[in-house]
Amino acid sequence: MKKTILALLVFLALALMTAGAALAQSGNPGEPTDDQVNAIAKQLYCPVCENIPLDVCGTQACAQWRDLIREKLGQGWNEAQIKQYFVTQYGDRVLATPPARGLNWLVYIVPPMAILAGIYILYRAFQSWMRPPAEVDVKAAEPVPPPADDYVLRLEEELKKR
Amino acid sequence: MPTNTTETVAAEANVRARPHWGRILVWVGVLGLLAILALGLRRAQQGPITVGDTVPNFALTTFDGKTINLTDLKGKVVVLNFWASWCKPCEQEAADLEAAWRLYQPDGKVVFLGADYVDTEPEALGYLKKFGITYPNGPDLGTRISQAFRIRGVPETYIIDDENVLRSVQIGPFSSLSQIQGMIDPLLGQ
Repeated sequence: MKKTILALLVFLALALMTAGAALAQSGNPGEPTDDQVNAIAKQLYCPVCENIPLDVCGTQACAQWRDLIREKLGQGWNEAQIKQYFVTQYGDRVLATPPARGLNWLVYIVPPMAILAGIYILYRAFQSWMRPPAEVDVKAAEPVPPPADDYVLRLEEELKKR
Repeated sequence: MPTNTTETVAAEANVRARPHWGRILVWVGVLGLLAILALGLRRAQQGPITVGDTVPNFALTTFDGKTINLTDLKGKVVVLNFWASWCKPCEQEAADLEAAWRLYQPDGKVVFLGADYVDTEPEALGYLKKFGITYPNGPDLGTRISQAFRIRGVPETYIIDDENVLRSVQIGPFSSLSQIQGMIDPLLGQ
């Protein structure tokens, strides 16, 4: 009996420890996880540290921004709302991908168009390279006799007479 | 045969006369793209507002919701300071700027404005409280004001005269109250 109670106590203690560790890893229930914060942070760039995505940027400014994302997620904001908030506060340049409006459309249209044009040019070039050279029409290539000249004709006649 | 030759020549002339719409379209597209690129480059190469330039109007909405337009401040000297709560050098000049503001505030001839650059509001408000800053401060929404001045970092301070002309620039923190006075007083005729 004692052995059973002891085994139960050990089992309970282990279960509590495991649950505690799991809880510690996930933080407080309801609080956004680091993964959730970083999923949004990696789509943003702080203007102070150009070319470093927010999720891996080590400056204090970026840490504050990540805290802000966590706070907004905790308040129930979704990804689009948070990104819009950052755009309103700091401008379009914080976004990793420019919004598809105005001149920004060029970013999305020009590269595919240039690739398609390149493919077409290559296709035409390959076609002309693969085409066998056109056969030369011998007849057509023969020199055409020059049109008869009255003076030459008369000269030839005079020569024949002699 | 001569008839055939005449027809061929006529057909060739016809082909030559017909416009190549595909080529025209491509050229129009390329030229349009170059024009857009040129405009973008021109805009990008527009330098910062330099001393002697008239400062274009900007609007700063303060943390307590008031909107201040530069043009409304004509007739007053404007001290525009860019700062951020994460900026350590900004802390060096915070007390001097506040002291200068308190010095000039009674006359009403000088206005101090703080533009909070790429910052978060709770930290910014904490910073203002920590240094007891009382002059109007607000976020640089959309980084529009800092982009107009093309600031290189924070802190930076721009002294604008009563005609909205930029008269001096301080890159980095002020070292003392007298340095701030030395930039403002000449504009007040002192």
